[in-house]
Amino acid sequence: MTTIFGINLFALFGQLLVGLINGSFYALLSLGLAIIFGLLKIINFAQGALYMLGAFCALLALKYLGINYWYALILVPIAVGIVGILMERFLIRPIANEDHLYSLLLTFGLALIIQGAFTHAFGSSGLSYSIPEELKGGIRLPFMYLPNYRAWIIVASIITCVGTWWMIEKTRLGAYLRAGTENPKLMQAFGINVPLLVTLTFGFGVALAGFAGVMAAPVYSVSPDMGSNILIVVFAIVVIGGMGSIGGAIITGLGMGIIEGLTKYFYPEASNTIIFLVMVVVLLLKPAGLFGKEA
Amino acid sequence: MNQQVDIKSHAHIQDGNHREKIRISNLHAFYGESHILHGIDMTVYQGELVTLIGRNGAGRSTTLKAIMNMVGKRTGQIVINGQETLNMAAHKIAHLGLGFCPEERGIFASLNVEENLMLPPKVRSDGMSVDEIYAMFPNLYERRTSQGNKLSGGEQQMLALARILRTGANILLLDEITEGLAPVIVQKLGEVLKQLKDRGLTILLVEQNFRFAAHIADRHYVMEHGHIVEEVKANELVEKSELLNAYLGV
Repeated sequence: MTTIFGINLFALFGQLLVGLINGSFYALLSLGLAIIFGLLKIINFAQGALYMLGAFCALLALKYLGINYWYALILVPIAVGIVGILMERFLIRPIANEDHLYSLLLTFGLALIIQGAFTHAFGSSGLSYSIPEELKGGIRLPFMYLPNYRAWIIVASIITCVGTWWMIEKTRLGAYLRAGTENPKLMQAFGINVPLLVTLTFGFGVALAGFAGVMAAPVYSVSPDMGSNILIVVFAIVVIGGMGSIGGAIITGLGMGIIEGLTKYFYPEASNTIIFLVMVVVLLLKPAGLFGKEA
Repeated sequence: MNQQVDIKSHAHIQDGNHREKIRISNLHAFYGESHILHGIDMTVYQGELVTLIGRNGAGRSTTLKAIMNMVGKRTGQIVINGQETLNMAAHKIAHLGLGFCPEERGIFASLNVEENLMLPPKVRSDGMSVDEIYAMFPNLYERRTSQGNKLSGGEQQMLALARILRTGANILLLDEITEGLAPVIVQKLGEVLKQLKDRGLTILLVEQNFRFAAHIADRHYVMEHGHIVEEVKANELVEKSELLNAYLGV
């Protein structure tokens, strides 16, 4: 009943769902990276560590402050965003005029420090965070069982991504961002406080990582290396989508999650490398990425 | 904090002289190590149209950018509407009522015409309405949904000008607005500048096309090697024409 042309639909849909879940996190993280890269032209290597920080914040807030998942979903991104704002203001800005390689190395160093500190404090084995009461259980669909929390991840991440895309592409604030990306000096001359815009944008991009961290806490194990594991894949996705392309980051994130899921079903041995293979092919055929503008 | 005190004390000194819109004294400006402006002194009064003329590289564009705090180091004095601005953050200067139109026009490619037009925040309350602007530049209305990088040079220039008129800026710094444009568009720009002057706006214009400038300006400052070498009033153009020819190399 569940096989068509030799394909086990249960297993296939199961892998597709896992792919969509992973893709949701890829999309959220690469969106944050794309926003930061677009305006600051720096590659934030600490994005993965801040995602991990988001997951730990949710866990610790529940354990010590009794802040439940739903409050954490709002408060943790704000807290992580503030960490980002402080990072930008006091560490990145002083070297903003140097070669961007320095800020890349700086964020890489920060990522190692944050990860090291959490490993020291909590050990490297994962901790678990339980699924909120309201989202336990699931729905039985014809070819699969869909846990409510997993459905929620997909819906919430798509809403967040589309909302962010809309804000950047369709609002006045977004127009400031896009124009600031193109010509920050002229924006200053028009009377717009570009340094403040940069700080807030960095904070927002980082807050997205914090948000992804809270979302991830109940499904992945919360461990200090959760960020560095996912970050390499996310970088590949940003390269595939095209550096700085907002829509590209979202679509590529979800798409690559699905491709990874399908690979897990059809040729599991390649599932860890498929994204990098796609990256190589895209770089060869369209170096600016699928949605990037050719320089 | 020092900066605040400084601004206030200067504002106080300048109170009696409110018709002076821009006063620059002993301005030096640098790009990194290179010293571009060597002690500029100039004044622009309310409602005047003043040009900066001279050869390429004389420091005319740098003077405008120095006023907007877009160059590296600056020393001297730049007083706008009675406020000393040398220590002001770049994004605060426009809010004194300045509108800057850069030589490269600075149309944002990722924004459409209307987004470009609406982009700069209002700096004073009595700017031109969008309807008035479209009446002045009907082409922009027709192309309002086109991306910024799809416009012709003339359309880009009109948009760059329209954009700062909407903000209510009453001191316009315009850099080479006729450069590379067809004669019919240059003529249109000349008409627009006359209309703006009639509205009482103060305009400081960097211009290569001296014949264009001569028609509409009240005064000209001639620049050479980062200095102002001559000031010519509109009624002195004939008697000083030989001198001007020597400086401009025409």
